[in-house]
Amino acid sequence: MATKARERKGKGVHRMRDIRRWLMAALTLLPTLSHAYELSDWESVTEAARGQTVYWNAWGGDPRTNAYIDWVAAQVKQRYDIDLEHVKVSDTAEAVTRVVAEKAAGNEDQGAVDLIWLNGENFAAMKQNDLLYGPWAEQLPNFSLTAPAQHPEVREDFTLPVEGYESPWGRAQLTFYYDSARLDEPPHSIAALLEWAKAHPGRFTYPQPPAFLGTTFLKQALLALTAQPKALYAPVDQADFAAVTEPLWNYLDRLHPYLWREGENFPSGGPQMRQLMGDGALSLAFTFTPSAPAAAVLDYQLPPTTRSYVLDNGTLGNVHFVAIPYNAQHKAGALTIANFLLSPEAQARKQDLSMWGDTTVLNMSRLSLSQRKAFATDGRAAASLPPQSLGETLREPDPSWIEPLEQAWRQRYGAP
Amino acid sequence: MSRTASYRFTIGVLPWLTIALLSLPVASGVLGAMAPAFGYLPVLGGDSLTLAPWRQLLEVPGLADMVRLSVVTGLASSALSLGIVVLFLGSFLHTPLYRRVQRWLSPLLAVPHAAAAIGLAFLLAPSGWVARGLSPWASGWQYPPDFAFPGDAWGLSLILGLVIKEVPFLLLMSLAALVQCQARERLTVARSLGYRPLTGFLKVVMPGLYPLLRLPLYAVIAFASSTVDVAMILGPSTPPTLAVSVVGWLNDPALSMHFMASAGALLQMLLTLTALGIWYALERLVVCLSRRWWWDGRRQCGERWLGGMALTTMRLVLGLMLASLAGLMLWSVAAYWPFPRFLPWPPTLHNWQAAADDLIVPVGQSLLVATAATLLSLVLVLGSLEAETLRRRPMRRWAQVILYLPLLVPSVAFLFGLVMMQAQAGIQPGLGAVIVGHAVFVLPYVFLSLAESYRRLDPRWSQQARSLGAGPWRVFLCVRLPLLLAPILTAAAVGFAVSVGQYLPTVMMGAGRVVTVTTEAVSLASGGDRRLTAIFALAQLLLPALGFLLAMLVPRYLFRRRQDLLPRAD
Repeated sequence: MATKARERKGKGVHRMRDIRRWLMAALTLLPTLSHAYELSDWESVTEAARGQTVYWNAWGGDPRTNAYIDWVAAQVKQRYDIDLEHVKVSDTAEAVTRVVAEKAAGNEDQGAVDLIWLNGENFAAMKQNDLLYGPWAEQLPNFSLTAPAQHPEVREDFTLPVEGYESPWGRAQLTFYYDSARLDEPPHSIAALLEWAKAHPGRFTYPQPPAFLGTTFLKQALLALTAQPKALYAPVDQADFAAVTEPLWNYLDRLHPYLWREGENFPSGGPQMRQLMGDGALSLAFTFTPSAPAAAVLDYQLPPTTRSYVLDNGTLGNVHFVAIPYNAQHKAGALTIANFLLSPEAQARKQDLSMWGDTTVLNMSRLSLSQRKAFATDGRAAASLPPQSLGETLREPDPSWIEPLEQAWRQRYGAP
Repeated sequence: MSRTASYRFTIGVLPWLTIALLSLPVASGVLGAMAPAFGYLPVLGGDSLTLAPWRQLLEVPGLADMVRLSVVTGLASSALSLGIVVLFLGSFLHTPLYRRVQRWLSPLLAVPHAAAAIGLAFLLAPSGWVARGLSPWASGWQYPPDFAFPGDAWGLSLILGLVIKEVPFLLLMSLAALVQCQARERLTVARSLGYRPLTGFLKVVMPGLYPLLRLPLYAVIAFASSTVDVAMILGPSTPPTLAVSVVGWLNDPALSMHFMASAGALLQMLLTLTALGIWYALERLVVCLSRRWWWDGRRQCGERWLGGMALTTMRLVLGLMLASLAGLMLWSVAAYWPFPRFLPWPPTLHNWQAAADDLIVPVGQSLLVATAATLLSLVLVLGSLEAETLRRRPMRRWAQVILYLPLLVPSVAFLFGLVMMQAQAGIQPGLGAVIVGHAVFVLPYVFLSLAESYRRLDPRWSQQARSLGAGPWRVFLCVRLPLLLAPILTAAAVGFAVSVGQYLPTVMMGAGRVVTVTTEAVSLASGGDRRLTAIFALAQLLLPALGFLLAMLVPRYLFRRRQDLLPRAD
């Protein structure tokens, strides 16, 4: 086992594939060293987890997130004697592909991925292809702190029921931000946004779909404008796409002449939009990470007078999760970490603006007074969203709408 | 094997290794792009010949615009650069100003393309330094104006960015060429016949100078029409230049795109060839049209006007470059810096402290790759030059062309083919592949900057050492190398700078796994944090500067008691 673990640490994973195949053959001859545990007996889980090395495949593109995962690694080493290795993937689909490949190769219990950070499409793909271990999430001792009865979104991932196959970790929500020194009153609805843009031409824009944030803006506008919002929560082929989306295209046709560069160019994504805000080229922008504007103020990228808000009828939001592949080799360790991630201490640390700033999934009413204190925002967080605003979350539409929406947008407004 | 035999063997082999390093990757890369362009790439399931990738390529919306943009920016920037350089040389070759500009050349040349482009983008953006300097007192802008620059649809900002890098390059190349074509002597004769300096230069020196500048100039055209990093930073995005699109197609997760990307890479090669062809035709045309003018005996032609223009444009080019670098430094220490404010005050170290952790890996990888690629190139170049001395004849013409091969064939075309071959052969992308990829581009520059000094070394030093009984290895190691230490270190610094600045070979040969300051700077430039971008661009600049500093100081220290071994500052 030790050889195998050391071998996995090597970065040249592909070169090692042959060696691994041999090792795997050798391992099957040994009596299985599976650490027996019962989900109903949490003691047995943490006992089995002791000494395990857990490979957590998580997107590694953000230094703040990576720093937080480093902190988690130090904590679980100290508390549970677990070695946590952060496998930094550039796209979560890579990890999904690896599990698919392992299943195809008949690797049923020696999987290289123990824990995976995901939501939306990737969860749907894994769940529908029976690539996930579970159900386990609701048996975690800390799960009840999320108050699932009041917050159904921790049990639903882009309309797909979670059913205990992944455990909530944090939440994101479409959040608008503006410079309060320049703007007294920002628009509070999609309809008001058009009027505002007419009065302030060139000072608003959105990232070019299929950039994730741009597509989110399309979905938000569509939800607000369409006459049949219910259709968006069923697969797209059950609806009349043209009829449902027509109000959106009418709206964009009227909005585009008043956008930055008259809607002929669009920013590539959230970071470029933030840069344009910092330059003063835009007066109003949005992000999917509620804490991002406050963090950007600390990094001098946005004016200190930046303020955040959500639209009056709420904005799109979703929860991101961690899941365990069905063939994970160190399930007990992964379960222990998933539970630790839901602990008040880990969640408070995660929400701390100087750490990562990712919003907690815990319900404050379930926590003790001293635990709650750790979540208190400090004075520097004036630019971030007040926690109560996060209640006004709109559910994500069915994922099948994304592709047709992006295609229709490209046909209308894409490259000349 | 005796020592003499081992020396002869080594010196016999190294030139061939050099030729192999320069030509094999280019040739196999072009072939490697050829097969998938016609549908053949078994590893991706393509095992029959088809024209489908080309049909797919021709259906790409905006393809004609991409091609036009690449050709126009390539030719326009090269023509502008040549014009500025020629007019400047003609007007100021005989003045002290020329010496002063000459001194700025090497440091300016060491500025990597991406850093210069990032600095220029900061300078000229709607919220850039120029707009800040004019606002609000002159322009009335309270907020940044809404115009698309850099990234204008005509590629003007791209042309400007290329010109400020190509002018120093062509000037440096003409330094050696001016000596070789006996420019001063020609000019003296012309002046004694009463020609004004510029007219004399154009009529008498140019016909001898231009053929010597042709290869460097063609390299400039090839680079300008196929650059990826500069076009990503300064070029338009809807649509981008062809080279940028090809890299985008290669990175597309849909594997079927690889076939089309191969066809695109070949199209890029055709495009660069066409640009070179157009340039050649223009050359002929200029020769035809100016023949009468050469012989008409007129002694002057708008000297003052053209001279003034040359001075202004040269000042503009150097000024833009310096202002760009100053802008990078300001952004790296800027706290929040709202629009019309001209200086970021008070400055802060926060950005550097926050970036310190992120800098470690890219700086380390840059150092590793650049050192390895430079050492490899240096060994090969020394071997080839030593072989030249041994055989007592200079390089043949075809060898000269091979030297320029990696600079003439668009890198996006052959690197792409190399990646395809790599995939087919099952070789893992990574550091090794990146180092070899860099060496292909580093070697020509190391050779060009070392060759003159090496050839000029007095052969009597070695003859004397031999006659005193030293073997060939000893003569090489104890006499020739120390004598040439200063130029060798300078050549190494040039090679190091070239390697640090490489974007495409790093990204393609390393499959994105090798991260250097250049790859970080380019990817940040497309919309990341300006402060972080500036810090990476400065890191990209500081590494070569450090190399040049060492190249200057090490001989001074080693030869502190042998002052005459130091290069004289003439």
